Amino acid sequence: MARRYDSRTTIFSPEGRLYQVEYAMEAISNAGAAIGMLCTDGVVLVAEKKITSKLLDTKAVGVRREKMYKLDDHLACAVAGITADANILINTCRATAQRYYFAYQEPMPVEQLVRALCDTKQGYTQFGGQRPFGVSLLYAGWDEHYGFQLYQSDPSGNYGGWKAVAIGGGHAAAQNLLKTEYKEDTPVSGGIPALIKVSGGIPALIKVLSKSMDSSLTSDKVELATVTRDAATGKVIFKVYESAELQPYLDAANAEKEAAASS
Amino acid sequence: MDFFMGIKGKDFVLVCADTSAVHSIISIKQDEDKIIPVDTHKVFCIAGEAGDRVQFSEYIIANIKLYSLRNETGLSTKSVAHYTRGELATALRKSPYHCNLLVAGFDEGVGPSLYWLDYLATLHKVNTGGTGYGSYFALSLFDKMWHPDLSEDEAVAMMEAGIAEIKKRLVVAPPHYIIKVVDKNGVREVKK
Repeated sequence: MARRYDSRTTIFSPEGRLYQVEYAMEAISNAGAAIGMLCTDGVVLVAEKKITSKLLDTKAVGVRREKMYKLDDHLACAVAGITADANILINTCRATAQRYYFAYQEPMPVEQLVRALCDTKQGYTQFGGQRPFGVSLLYAGWDEHYGFQLYQSDPSGNYGGWKAVAIGGGHAAAQNLLKTEYKEDTPVSGGIPALIKVSGGIPALIKVLSKSMDSSLTSDKVELATVTRDAATGKVIFKVYESAELQPYLDAANAEKEAAASS
Repeated sequence: MDFFMGIKGKDFVLVCADTSAVHSIISIKQDEDKIIPVDTHKVFCIAGEAGDRVQFSEYIIANIKLYSLRNETGLSTKSVAHYTRGELATALRKSPYHCNLLVAGFDEGVGPSLYWLDYLATLHKVNTGGTGYGSYFALSLFDKMWHPDLSEDEAVAMMEAGIAEIKKRLVVAPPHYIIKVVDKNGVREVKK
């Protein structure tokens, strides 16, 4: 019954659903997870990398980052979904931010960028006959109007501001875990262990058919980034953690999981 | 010829404009207020070609208003000045607006700012600036009198000295002027 109404993006089903948009969200649930948490002194983003192979040339341009991208000096994002679609949206975001700066000589407020991109994404659900983008994004940034902010958007073009949110594979379970893990007034340094704990829960919850028996986190499977602000200069810093810096957090999380598993 | 001058003080911007509306040899009115509010804490002083002045200023003001409605926040004086410059620049090589203008505003945290723009989309942040024949006289005088901690009374006295100089030395000096102040409380008229 649904089949008749799902091949055109721009029409409703009799039940009032947009199937193409829903299918796009399905595509994203099969992708690597990304989780964000808003802290008192910054925003933390953590993501699960899906493409892990010894043969991957991690020094090649374009391959270094799979999930985290800088959109402007004060703005970054994490993506979940079809990478090629994500690249288009990231490029659009970057151009939009620069166009704003050209016009007003001030960095684009975070929410305005999110809204601009979401208006574009909505267009693909209403006219043109083209399929929606199969990407959900987490936006982390700082502006002088509202300080640190975390937003999430999906293929429908809806967006929301969040204290903590998960997208991608296992996001429903992750979101539940976040509800217990999130504490008001968490500084960035306190945020990271809590997030690692949550993302460690996803493979454990989801990977039923996983070939690998080793479900502990390794630095080649995880990407971690923070958006913070230097107190002295006021400059916003987007930092992606290298494996050496990541390892202690992963070790701690794995140890905790071992302890919980064996007790 | 339209005359405008602006003076940036310690925590305010003072702007002065002549109040005559002229078409060739006829004076239409002598009480035209050419200092236009952009929002609660910014003004435009815009001089130049008759139609372009109004068309351009209304266009910019409408876009600034649209921004504040869409985004529930205003723009800083710097942003407004740069945005205006951008619009002048875009129109320049298609159908230029022949206007020179001053943007004067007060922003919380930043304080007072004064920007000078001309019809070629030149933008400068200035302490004193103006347009029109009269500005040549006033500018030289203000160069001598300006200092960073001007009080409002000092600035008004400066402006009146400038006006006196223009009336004395410029053949076609406008007879009446209006002076306004932009500070943390907004825009208000000071004299005449």
